[in-house]
Amino acid sequence: MANYSTNEFRPGLKVMLDGDPCSILENELVKPGKGQAFNRVKLRNLKTARVLEKTFKSGESVEAADVMDADMQYLYNDGDFWCFMEPDTFEQHQATENAVGDALQWLSEQDMCVVTLYNGAPLSVTPPNHVELEIVETDPGLRGDTAQGGNKPAKLSTGAVVKVPLFLDEGEIVRVDTRTGEYQGRVSNK
Amino acid sequence: MTDWQPGISLDRLRQRSRVLAELRGFFQQRNILEVDVPVLATTSVTDRNIESIATLPGASSGLEASSGLGASGGLEASSGLGAFSGLGAFSESEALSESEASAIKSYLQTSPEYFMKRLLAAGSGDIFCLGKAFRSGEAGVRHNPEFTLLEWYRCGWDEHQLMAELGELIETLLPAVAINKYSYAELFAKYFNIDPHQAELSSLQKLAVEAGSSAWSDDSRGNCLDLLFSVVIEPQLSDGLVLVYDYPACQAALAKCYKDAQGRRVSRRFEAFLNRVELANGYFELTDGQEQASRFAEDQQARKIAGKPLMEIDQNLLAALESGLPECSGVALGVDRLLMQIEGATSLDQVMPFSWDRC
Repeated sequence: MANYSTNEFRPGLKVMLDGDPCSILENELVKPGKGQAFNRVKLRNLKTARVLEKTFKSGESVEAADVMDADMQYLYNDGDFWCFMEPDTFEQHQATENAVGDALQWLSEQDMCVVTLYNGAPLSVTPPNHVELEIVETDPGLRGDTAQGGNKPAKLSTGAVVKVPLFLDEGEIVRVDTRTGEYQGRVSNK
Repeated sequence: MTDWQPGISLDRLRQRSRVLAELRGFFQQRNILEVDVPVLATTSVTDRNIESIATLPGASSGLEASSGLGASGGLEASSGLGAFSGLGAFSESEALSESEASAIKSYLQTSPEYFMKRLLAAGSGDIFCLGKAFRSGEAGVRHNPEFTLLEWYRCGWDEHQLMAELGELIETLLPAVAINKYSYAELFAKYFNIDPHQAELSSLQKLAVEAGSSAWSDDSRGNCLDLLFSVVIEPQLSDGLVLVYDYPACQAALAKCYKDAQGRRVSRRFEAFLNRVELANGYFELTDGQEQASRFAEDQQARKIAGKPLMEIDQNLLAALESGLPECSGVALGVDRLLMQIEGATSLDQVMPFSWDRC
Protein backbone atom coordinates (compact mmCIF):
# COMPACT_ATOMS: atom_id res chain seq x y z
CA MET A 1 0.00 0.00 0.00
CA ALA A 2 1.01 3.62 -0.33
CA ASN A 3 2.68 5.72 2.34
CA TYR A 4 1.39 8.80 4.06
CA SER A 5 3.59 11.72 5.07
CA THR A 6 2.91 13.39 8.41
CA ASN A 7 1.71 16.37 6.40
CA GLU A 8 -1.30 14.29 5.38
CA PHE A 9 -2.20 13.18 8.88
CA ARG A 10 -5.79 13.90 9.86
CA PRO A 11 -8.33 12.22 12.18
CA GLY A 12 -9.68 9.05 10.63
CA LEU A 13 -6.60 8.26 8.55
CA LYS A 14 -5.62 4.59 8.75
CA VAL A 15 -1.91 3.79 9.14
CA MET A 16 0.26 0.84 10.10
CA LEU A 17 2.10 1.06 13.40
CA ASP A 18 4.33 -1.77 14.66
CA GLY A 19 2.45 -4.20 12.47
CA ASP A 20 -1.06 -3.21 13.57
CA PRO A 21 -3.61 -1.12 11.68
CA CYS A 22 -4.37 2.10 13.56
CA SER A 23 -6.70 5.03 13.11
CA ILE A 24 -5.47 8.56 13.80
CA LEU A 25 -7.51 10.33 16.48
CA GLU A 26 -5.53 13.55 16.93
CA ASN A 27 -2.51 15.11 15.23
CA GLU A 28 -0.59 18.00 16.85
CA LEU A 29 2.32 19.80 15.26
CA VAL A 30 5.10 20.73 17.67
CA LYS A 31 7.82 23.15 16.59
CA PRO A 32 10.51 24.09 19.10
CA GLY A 33 11.88 27.59 18.43
CA LYS A 34 15.17 26.40 17.04
CA GLY A 35 14.48 22.72 16.54
CA GLN A 36 12.98 20.38 13.99
CA ALA A 37 9.24 20.09 13.83
CA PHE A 38 7.55 16.89 14.87
CA ASN A 39 4.01 15.54 15.17
CA ARG A 40 2.50 14.27 18.40
CA VAL A 41 -0.17 11.84 17.31
CA LYS A 42 -2.91 9.97 19.19
CA LEU A 43 -4.01 6.73 17.54
CA ARG A 44 -6.40 3.88 18.17
CA ASN A 45 -5.05 0.41 17.50
CA LEU A 46 -7.85 -1.18 15.47
CA LYS A 47 -6.86 -4.69 16.52
CA THR A 48 -6.65 -4.12 20.29
CA ALA A 49 -8.93 -1.04 20.48
CA ARG A 50 -6.30 0.60 22.73
CA VAL A 51 -5.41 4.26 22.39
CA LEU A 52 -1.72 5.15 22.14
CA GLU A 53 0.48 8.20 21.56
CA LYS A 54 3.41 8.39 19.19
CA THR A 55 5.81 11.13 18.12
CA PHE A 56 6.76 11.35 14.45
CA LYS A 57 9.33 13.53 12.74
CA SER A 58 7.57 16.09 10.52
CA GLY A 59 7.80 14.85 6.98
CA GLU A 60 8.29 11.26 8.07
CA SER A 61 6.51 8.58 6.04
CA VAL A 62 4.19 6.01 7.50
CA GLU A 63 2.74 2.96 5.77
CA ALA A 64 -0.94 3.28 4.97
CA ALA A 65 -3.17 0.57 6.42
CA ASP A 66 -5.49 -1.24 4.08
CA VAL A 67 -8.57 -0.65 6.20
CA MET A 68 -12.01 0.13 4.88
CA ASP A 69 -15.61 -0.09 6.03
CA ALA A 70 -18.24 -1.89 3.98
CA ASP A 71 -21.98 -2.34 4.42
CA MET A 72 -22.78 -6.04 4.55
CA GLN A 73 -25.67 -8.29 5.40
CA TYR A 74 -25.24 -10.91 8.11
CA LEU A 75 -26.27 -14.31 6.72
CA TYR A 76 -25.55 -17.03 9.29
CA ASN A 77 -22.89 -18.59 11.45
CA ASP A 78 -21.65 -22.15 11.76
CA GLY A 79 -20.13 -21.75 15.19
CA ASP A 80 -16.65 -21.06 13.79
CA PHE A 81 -17.28 -18.28 11.31
CA TRP A 82 -19.91 -15.59 10.91
CA CYS A 83 -20.81 -15.08 7.29
CA PHE A 84 -21.50 -11.63 5.82
CA MET A 85 -22.44 -10.71 2.27
CA GLU A 86 -21.93 -7.54 0.24
CA PRO A 87 -25.41 -6.76 -1.13
CA ASP A 88 -24.19 -5.42 -4.50
CA THR A 89 -21.64 -8.06 -5.45
CA PHE A 90 -22.98 -11.00 -3.40
CA GLU A 91 -19.36 -11.51 -2.30
CA GLN A 92 -19.20 -13.33 1.04
CA HIS A 93 -16.79 -12.70 3.92
CA GLN A 94 -16.12 -14.98 6.86
CA ALA A 95 -15.54 -13.23 10.17
CA THR A 96 -14.08 -14.91 13.27
CA GLU A 97 -15.84 -14.70 16.61
CA ASN A 98 -13.10 -12.30 17.69
CA ALA A 99 -13.83 -9.98 14.80
CA VAL A 100 -17.57 -10.02 15.44
CA GLY A 101 -16.87 -9.13 19.07
CA ASP A 102 -19.62 -7.29 20.93
CA ALA A 103 -21.89 -7.42 17.90
CA LEU A 104 -22.43 -11.12 18.70
CA GLN A 105 -25.15 -10.35 21.20
CA TRP A 106 -27.24 -8.28 18.78
CA LEU A 107 -27.02 -10.04 15.43
CA SER A 108 -30.00 -11.61 13.72
CA GLU A 109 -29.88 -13.12 10.27
CA GLN A 110 -30.28 -10.55 7.48
CA ASP A 111 -29.28 -7.56 9.67
CA MET A 112 -27.31 -4.91 7.75
CA CYS A 113 -23.96 -4.25 9.49
CA VAL A 114 -20.78 -2.29 8.91
CA VAL A 115 -17.84 -4.65 8.53
CA THR A 116 -14.34 -3.16 8.88
CA LEU A 117 -12.01 -4.97 6.50
CA TYR A 118 -8.25 -5.10 7.05
CA ASN A 119 -6.29 -6.42 4.09
CA GLY A 120 -9.61 -7.67 2.77
CA ALA A 121 -10.49 -9.71 5.88
CA PRO A 122 -13.09 -8.75 8.51
CA LEU A 123 -11.37 -7.00 11.47
CA SER A 124 -14.45 -5.87 13.38
CA VAL A 125 -18.22 -5.71 12.99
CA THR A 126 -20.59 -2.90 13.94
CA PRO A 127 -24.21 -4.04 14.30
CA PRO A 128 -27.14 -1.86 13.21
CA ASN A 129 -27.79 1.03 15.63
CA HIS A 130 -31.15 -0.44 16.59
CA VAL A 131 -32.36 -4.01 16.63
CA GLU A 132 -35.74 -5.60 17.38
CA LEU A 133 -35.50 -8.81 19.36
CA GLU A 134 -37.87 -11.21 21.15
CA ILE A 135 -37.76 -11.66 24.92
CA VAL A 136 -37.18 -15.38 25.52
CA GLU A 137 -36.74 -15.36 29.28
CA THR A 138 -37.90 -13.00 32.00
CA ASP A 139 -39.67 -13.05 35.36
CA PRO A 140 -43.40 -12.16 35.33
CA GLY A 141 -42.75 -8.82 37.10
CA LEU A 142 -45.50 -8.18 39.66
CA ARG A 143 -47.12 -4.78 39.85
CA GLY A 144 -45.71 -2.86 42.79
CA ASP A 145 -42.30 -4.52 42.51
CA THR A 146 -40.12 -1.43 42.22
CA ALA A 147 -36.99 -2.95 43.73
CA GLN A 148 -35.08 -2.16 40.57
CA GLY A 149 -36.84 1.11 39.80
CA GLY A 150 -39.53 -0.40 37.64
CA ASN A 151 -37.20 -2.48 35.48
CA LYS A 152 -36.29 -6.13 35.31
CA PRO A 153 -33.67 -8.05 33.35
CA ALA A 154 -34.83 -9.81 30.20
CA LYS A 155 -32.93 -12.27 28.05
CA LEU A 156 -33.36 -11.78 24.32
CA SER A 157 -33.29 -14.35 21.50
CA THR A 158 -29.67 -13.54 20.70
CA GLY A 159 -28.56 -14.05 24.28
CA ALA A 160 -28.27 -10.36 25.14
CA VAL A 161 -29.66 -9.28 28.50
CA VAL A 162 -31.30 -5.85 28.77
CA LYS A 163 -33.34 -4.03 31.40
CA VAL A 164 -36.99 -3.74 30.41
CA PRO A 165 -40.17 -2.36 32.07
CA LEU A 166 -42.04 -4.73 34.38
CA PHE A 167 -45.13 -5.12 32.19
CA LEU A 168 -43.26 -6.92 29.41
CA ASP A 169 -43.55 -10.71 29.12
CA GLU A 170 -41.76 -13.47 27.29
CA GLY A 171 -42.63 -13.46 23.61
CA GLU A 172 -42.77 -9.67 23.36
CA ILE A 173 -40.57 -7.90 20.83
CA VAL A 174 -38.46 -5.00 22.09
CA ARG A 175 -36.35 -2.35 20.33
CA VAL A 176 -32.80 -1.89 21.68
CA ASP A 177 -30.08 0.70 20.95
CA THR A 178 -27.00 -1.46 20.36
CA ARG A 179 -24.63 1.40 21.14
CA THR A 180 -25.85 1.71 24.72
CA GLY A 181 -27.58 -1.65 25.25
CA GLU A 182 -30.69 0.20 26.38
CA TYR A 183 -34.35 -0.65 25.87
CA GLN A 184 -35.96 1.90 23.57
CA GLY A 185 -39.53 0.70 23.29
CA ARG A 186 -41.92 -2.12 22.61
CA VAL A 187 -42.63 -3.22 19.08
CA SER A 188 -46.37 -3.83 18.60
CA ASN A 189 -47.38 -7.39 17.84
CA LYS A 190 -49.03 -8.15 14.57
CA MET B 1 -11.15 31.35 5.83
CA THR B 2 -13.57 31.73 8.73
CA ASP B 3 -15.86 34.73 9.03
CA TRP B 4 -14.77 38.35 9.35
CA GLN B 5 -14.72 38.44 13.18
CA PRO B 6 -11.52 38.70 15.21
CA GLY B 7 -10.55 35.61 17.18
CA ILE B 8 -9.83 37.68 20.28
CA SER B 9 -12.59 38.78 22.66
CA LEU B 10 -12.95 42.51 23.36
CA ASP B 11 -11.83 41.92 26.97
CA ARG B 12 -8.68 40.24 25.80
CA LEU B 13 -8.13 42.94 23.18
CA ARG B 14 -8.01 45.50 25.98
CA GLN B 15 -5.87 43.21 28.10
CA ARG B 16 -3.43 42.85 25.19
CA SER B 17 -3.15 46.60 24.90
CA ARG B 18 -2.46 46.92 28.64
CA VAL B 19 0.22 44.23 28.56
CA LEU B 20 1.98 45.83 25.60
CA ALA B 21 2.01 49.12 27.51
CA GLU B 22 3.33 47.43 30.65
CA LEU B 23 6.11 45.80 28.69
CA ARG B 24 7.15 49.17 27.29
CA GLY B 25 6.93 50.67 30.78
CA PHE B 26 9.25 47.99 32.17
CA PHE B 27 12.01 48.98 29.75
CA GLN B 28 11.40 52.72 29.93
CA GLN B 29 11.82 52.55 33.72
CA ARG B 30 15.21 50.95 33.15
CA ASN B 31 16.23 53.54 30.53
CA ILE B 32 16.42 50.99 27.77
CA LEU B 33 15.93 52.57 24.37
CA GLU B 34 13.08 51.34 22.16
CA VAL B 35 14.08 50.68 18.55
CA ASP B 36 11.86 49.63 15.66
CA VAL B 37 14.05 47.85 13.13
CA PRO B 38 13.01 46.64 9.66
CA VAL B 39 10.98 43.47 9.17
CA LEU B 40 11.92 43.30 5.48
CA ALA B 41 15.50 42.65 4.35
CA THR B 42 17.47 41.15 1.47
CA THR B 43 18.71 38.27 3.61
CA SER B 44 17.36 36.15 6.45
CA VAL B 45 18.65 33.57 8.89
CA THR B 46 20.62 30.51 7.83
CA ASP B 47 19.21 28.54 10.81
CA ARG B 48 18.67 24.95 9.74
CA ASN B 49 15.24 24.70 11.32
CA ILE B 50 13.71 28.08 10.62
CA GLU B 51 12.11 28.89 7.27
CA SER B 52 11.72 32.52 6.26
CA ILE B 53 8.88 34.00 4.25
CA ALA B 54 10.22 35.36 0.97
CA THR B 55 8.70 38.05 -1.20
CA LEU B 56 8.70 38.06 -4.98
CA PRO B 57 9.04 41.27 -6.95
CA GLY B 58 6.17 42.63 -8.98
CA ALA B 59 5.85 42.65 -12.75
CA SER B 60 7.85 45.89 -12.91
CA SER B 61 11.26 46.36 -11.31
CA GLY B 62 11.00 44.61 -7.96
CA LEU B 63 10.25 46.47 -4.79
CA GLU B 64 10.67 49.91 -6.31
CA ALA B 65 7.25 49.39 -7.90
CA SER B 66 4.52 51.30 -6.13
CA SER B 67 2.52 48.10 -6.27
CA GLY B 68 4.70 46.92 -3.39
CA LEU B 69 4.76 43.16 -3.24
CA GLY B 70 3.79 42.96 -6.84
CA ALA B 71 1.33 41.57 -9.31
CA SER B 72 2.71 38.06 -9.22
CA GLY B 73 1.24 37.76 -5.78
CA GLY B 74 2.49 38.54 -2.37
CA LEU B 75 4.03 36.26 0.16
CA GLU B 76 5.74 32.98 -0.56
CA ALA B 77 7.88 30.91 1.75
CA SER B 78 11.54 30.55 0.92
CA SER B 79 10.68 26.95 0.15
CA GLY B 80 7.47 27.67 -1.72
CA LEU B 81 4.13 28.72 -0.37
CA GLY B 82 3.66 27.35 3.12
CA ALA B 83 0.03 26.36 3.38
CA PHE B 84 -1.05 27.91 6.68
CA SER B 85 -4.37 26.21 6.06
CA GLY B 86 -6.22 26.33 9.32
CA LEU B 87 -5.06 25.74 12.85
CA GLY B 88 -3.01 22.62 13.26
CA ALA B 89 -2.16 22.21 9.61
CA PHE B 90 1.46 22.24 8.62
CA SER B 91 2.49 21.21 5.17
CA GLU B 92 5.94 21.23 3.71
CA SER B 93 5.74 23.40 0.66
CA GLU B 94 6.84 22.58 -2.86
CA ALA B 95 10.10 24.05 -4.06
CA LEU B 96 9.96 27.24 -6.06
CA SER B 97 10.91 27.07 -9.72
CA GLU B 98 14.44 28.20 -10.54
CA SER B 99 13.27 31.48 -12.02
CA GLU B 100 11.10 32.13 -8.98
CA ALA B 101 13.95 31.30 -6.62
CA SER B 102 16.36 33.61 -8.38
CA ALA B 103 13.78 36.37 -8.49
CA ILE B 104 13.35 36.53 -4.71
CA LYS B 105 14.44 39.97 -3.62
CA SER B 106 13.70 40.02 0.11
CA TYR B 107 12.56 38.20 3.21
CA LEU B 108 10.39 38.95 6.20
CA GLN B 109 12.57 38.75 9.30
CA THR B 110 12.32 35.86 11.75
CA SER B 111 13.51 38.12 14.58
CA PRO B 112 15.01 41.64 14.94
CA GLU B 113 18.33 40.18 16.14
CA TYR B 114 20.62 40.98 13.26
CA PHE B 115 19.48 44.60 12.93
CA MET B 116 19.66 45.10 16.69
CA LYS B 117 23.22 43.80 16.75
CA ARG B 118 24.12 46.27 14.03
CA LEU B 119 22.70 49.04 16.25
CA LEU B 120 24.67 47.75 19.24
CA ALA B 121 27.86 47.74 17.17
CA ALA B 122 27.05 51.32 16.20
CA GLY B 123 27.01 52.32 19.87
CA SER B 124 23.28 52.31 20.69
CA GLY B 125 23.68 50.95 24.19
CA ASP B 126 20.88 48.87 25.75
CA ILE B 127 17.94 48.48 23.38
CA PHE B 128 14.60 46.69 23.13
CA CYS B 129 12.31 45.97 20.21
CA LEU B 130 8.64 45.08 20.49
CA GLY B 131 7.46 44.11 17.05
CA LYS B 132 6.39 41.50 14.55
CA ALA B 133 8.44 38.49 13.45
CA PHE B 134 7.59 36.04 10.68
CA ARG B 135 8.25 32.35 10.19
CA SER B 136 7.03 30.18 7.37
CA GLY B 137 5.09 26.98 7.76
CA GLU B 138 4.15 27.50 11.39
CA ALA B 139 0.47 27.68 12.13
CA GLY B 140 -1.25 26.01 15.04
CA VAL B 141 -2.42 26.39 18.59
CA ARG B 142 0.92 27.89 19.66
CA HIS B 143 2.23 29.02 16.31
CA ASN B 144 1.29 31.71 13.84
CA PRO B 145 3.36 32.72 10.82
CA GLU B 146 3.23 36.32 12.06
CA PHE B 147 3.75 36.83 15.77
CA THR B 148 4.94 39.44 18.26
CA LEU B 149 8.46 39.17 19.60
CA LEU B 150 9.94 41.19 22.44
CA GLU B 151 13.72 41.24 22.16
CA TRP B 152 16.22 43.15 24.28
CA TYR B 153 19.95 43.47 24.82
CA ARG B 154 21.99 44.42 27.91
CA CYS B 155 25.55 45.59 27.36
CA GLY B 156 28.12 44.24 29.79
CA TRP B 157 25.69 41.65 31.23
CA ASP B 158 26.08 37.91 31.08
CA GLU B 159 23.19 35.52 30.46
CA HIS B 160 22.60 34.89 34.17
CA GLN B 161 22.01 38.57 34.88
CA LEU B 162 19.67 38.67 31.89
CA MET B 163 17.80 35.59 33.10
CA ALA B 164 17.25 37.36 36.40
CA GLU B 165 15.81 40.37 34.58
CA LEU B 166 13.57 38.12 32.49
CA GLY B 167 12.31 36.73 35.79
CA GLU B 168 11.54 40.25 37.00
CA LEU B 169 9.65 40.99 33.78
CA ILE B 170 7.49 37.90 34.16
CA GLU B 171 6.90 38.72 37.82
CA THR B 172 5.48 42.15 36.99
CA LEU B 173 2.83 40.44 34.85
CA LEU B 174 2.40 37.28 36.93
CA PRO B 175 3.11 38.25 40.54
CA ALA B 176 4.32 35.40 42.78
CA VAL B 177 5.14 33.22 39.78
CA ALA B 178 7.43 30.32 40.76
CA ILE B 179 10.89 30.65 39.20
CA ASN B 180 13.26 27.68 38.87
CA LYS B 181 16.60 27.44 37.13
CA TYR B 182 18.42 24.34 35.90
CA SER B 183 21.33 23.56 33.64
CA TYR B 184 20.57 21.51 30.53
CA ALA B 185 22.79 18.73 31.91
CA GLU B 186 20.93 18.68 35.24
CA LEU B 187 17.64 17.98 33.48
CA PHE B 188 19.10 15.22 31.33
CA ALA B 189 20.71 13.65 34.40
CA LYS B 190 17.34 13.71 36.14
CA TYR B 191 15.21 12.30 33.34
CA PHE B 192 17.62 10.11 31.40
CA ASN B 193 20.57 9.61 33.73
CA ILE B 194 22.96 10.62 30.94
CA ASP B 195 25.35 13.51 30.26
CA PRO B 196 23.92 15.18 27.15
CA HIS B 197 27.25 16.84 26.38
CA GLN B 198 29.39 13.71 26.51
CA ALA B 199 27.08 10.76 25.81
CA GLU B 200 27.80 8.73 22.69
CA LEU B 201 25.71 9.68 19.67
CA SER B 202 24.47 6.09 19.40
CA SER B 203 23.06 6.24 22.94
CA LEU B 204 21.25 9.46 22.12
CA GLN B 205 19.86 7.98 18.91
CA LYS B 206 18.60 4.94 20.80
CA LEU B 207 16.81 7.12 23.36
CA ALA B 208 15.40 9.29 20.58
CA VAL B 209 14.01 6.28 18.73
CA GLU B 210 12.29 5.13 21.93
CA ALA B 211 10.81 8.54 22.58
CA GLY B 212 9.90 9.16 18.96
CA SER B 213 10.16 6.80 16.05
CA SER B 214 12.76 5.04 13.90
CA ALA B 215 13.16 8.28 11.93
CA TRP B 216 15.66 9.39 14.60
CA SER B 217 17.85 6.27 14.36
CA ASP B 218 20.51 8.03 12.29
CA ASP B 219 19.85 11.64 13.22
CA SER B 220 22.31 14.25 14.47
CA ARG B 221 23.25 14.88 18.07
CA GLY B 222 21.38 18.18 18.11
CA ASN B 223 18.17 16.73 16.68
CA CYS B 224 18.18 13.77 19.07
CA LEU B 225 18.72 16.01 22.09
CA ASP B 226 16.03 18.32 20.82
CA LEU B 227 13.48 15.52 20.57
CA LEU B 228 14.33 14.16 24.01
CA PHE B 229 14.03 17.60 25.54
CA SER B 230 10.78 18.51 23.80
CA VAL B 231 8.95 15.22 24.11
CA VAL B 232 10.15 13.92 27.47
CA ILE B 233 11.57 16.74 29.59
CA GLU B 234 9.48 19.75 28.62
CA PRO B 235 6.08 18.25 29.51
CA GLN B 236 7.45 17.39 32.96
CA LEU B 237 8.82 20.81 33.86
CA SER B 238 7.27 22.42 36.90
CA ASP B 239 4.66 25.18 36.86
CA GLY B 240 5.76 28.76 36.52
CA LEU B 241 8.93 30.05 34.92
CA VAL B 242 11.67 27.50 34.27
CA LEU B 243 15.03 28.80 33.05
CA VAL B 244 17.39 26.33 31.40
CA TYR B 245 21.01 27.34 30.76
CA ASP B 246 24.27 25.91 29.37
CA TYR B 247 22.78 24.38 26.24
CA PRO B 248 24.75 21.86 24.14
CA ALA B 249 27.58 23.29 22.04
CA CYS B 250 25.98 21.86 18.89
CA GLN B 251 22.94 24.09 19.52
CA ALA B 252 24.91 27.26 20.22
CA ALA B 253 23.50 29.30 17.32
CA LEU B 254 24.64 32.87 18.10
CA ALA B 255 25.84 32.29 21.66
CA LYS B 256 29.40 32.13 22.97
CA CYS B 257 30.76 28.72 23.92
CA TYR B 258 32.86 27.95 26.99
CA LYS B 259 34.04 25.15 29.26
CA ASP B 260 31.69 24.67 32.19
CA ALA B 261 32.72 23.79 35.75
CA GLN B 262 32.96 20.13 34.75
CA GLY B 263 35.23 20.97 31.83
CA ARG B 264 32.55 20.25 29.22
CA ARG B 265 32.24 22.48 26.18
CA VAL B 266 28.76 24.03 26.29
CA SER B 267 27.07 27.07 24.83
CA ARG B 268 26.00 30.11 26.83
CA ARG B 269 22.50 29.84 25.58
CA PHE B 270 19.36 29.66 27.68
CA GLU B 271 15.66 29.10 27.18
CA ALA B 272 12.70 30.00 29.31
CA PHE B 273 9.53 27.96 29.68
CA LEU B 274 6.34 29.21 31.25
CA ASN B 275 4.02 26.46 32.46
CA ARG B 276 5.82 24.06 30.17
CA VAL B 277 5.41 26.22 27.08
CA GLU B 278 8.58 27.47 25.36
CA LEU B 279 8.58 31.22 25.88
CA ALA B 280 12.01 32.76 25.30
CA ASN B 281 15.50 32.11 23.98
CA GLY B 282 18.61 34.05 24.94
CA TYR B 283 22.39 34.19 24.62
CA PHE B 284 25.53 35.61 26.03
CA GLU B 285 26.15 36.90 22.54
CA LEU B 286 28.94 35.67 20.29
CA THR B 287 31.09 38.65 19.35
CA ASP B 288 33.68 36.84 17.21
CA GLY B 289 32.82 37.56 13.56
CA GLN B 290 34.91 34.74 12.15
CA GLU B 291 33.43 32.13 14.48
CA GLN B 292 29.97 33.40 13.52
CA ALA B 293 30.80 33.22 9.81
CA SER B 294 31.95 29.63 10.10
CA ARG B 295 28.79 28.66 12.03
CA PHE B 296 26.68 30.25 9.28
CA ALA B 297 28.62 28.25 6.69
CA GLU B 298 27.90 25.03 8.64
CA ASP B 299 24.22 25.98 8.69
CA GLN B 300 24.22 26.38 4.94
CA GLN B 301 25.83 22.95 4.54
CA ALA B 302 23.22 21.37 6.80
CA ARG B 303 20.42 23.08 4.86
CA LYS B 304 21.89 21.85 1.59
CA ILE B 305 22.02 18.26 2.86
CA ALA B 306 18.43 18.50 4.03
CA GLY B 307 17.36 19.78 0.62
CA LYS B 308 16.37 23.18 1.99
CA PRO B 309 16.71 26.39 0.00
CA LEU B 310 20.02 28.21 0.20
CA MET B 311 19.99 31.27 2.47
CA GLU B 312 22.67 33.87 1.73
CA ILE B 313 24.73 34.98 4.73
CA ASP B 314 24.04 38.45 6.13
CA GLN B 315 27.32 40.21 5.35
CA ASN B 316 26.15 43.37 7.12
CA LEU B 317 25.89 41.46 10.40
CA LEU B 318 29.36 39.96 9.94
CA ALA B 319 30.77 43.41 9.18
CA ALA B 320 29.16 44.79 12.34
CA LEU B 321 30.74 41.97 14.38
CA GLU B 322 34.11 42.66 12.77
CA SER B 323 33.74 46.32 13.66
CA GLY B 324 33.02 45.36 17.23
CA LEU B 325 29.92 44.15 19.05
CA PRO B 326 30.10 45.12 22.74
CA GLU B 327 29.99 42.27 25.25
CA CYS B 328 26.28 41.79 25.81
CA SER B 329 23.46 39.35 26.35
CA GLY B 330 20.15 39.31 24.54
CA VAL B 331 16.84 37.49 24.78
CA ALA B 332 13.73 37.14 22.58
CA LEU B 333 10.33 36.38 24.08
CA GLY B 334 7.07 35.38 22.41
CA VAL B 335 4.54 37.96 23.58
CA ASP B 336 1.49 36.12 22.24
CA ARG B 337 2.45 32.98 24.16
CA LEU B 338 3.03 35.09 27.27
CA LEU B 339 -0.49 36.47 26.90
CA MET B 340 -1.85 32.94 26.56
CA GLN B 341 -0.34 32.04 29.90
CA ILE B 342 -1.46 35.23 31.64
CA GLU B 343 -5.04 34.77 30.47
CA GLY B 344 -5.32 31.00 30.52
CA ALA B 345 -6.14 30.95 26.82
CA THR B 346 -5.83 27.68 24.93
CA SER B 347 -4.71 29.00 21.57
CA LEU B 348 -3.00 31.98 19.95
CA ASP B 349 -6.19 32.64 18.02
CA GLN B 350 -7.73 33.81 21.28
CA VAL B 351 -5.04 36.34 22.17
CA MET B 352 -4.24 38.03 18.88
CA PRO B 353 -6.69 40.11 16.84
CA PHE B 354 -6.55 37.87 13.76
CA SER B 355 -4.60 34.62 13.58
CA TRP B 356 -3.57 33.44 10.12
CA ASP B 357 -6.77 31.48 9.56
CA ARG B 358 -8.69 34.77 9.56
CA CYS B 359 -6.36 36.72 7.29
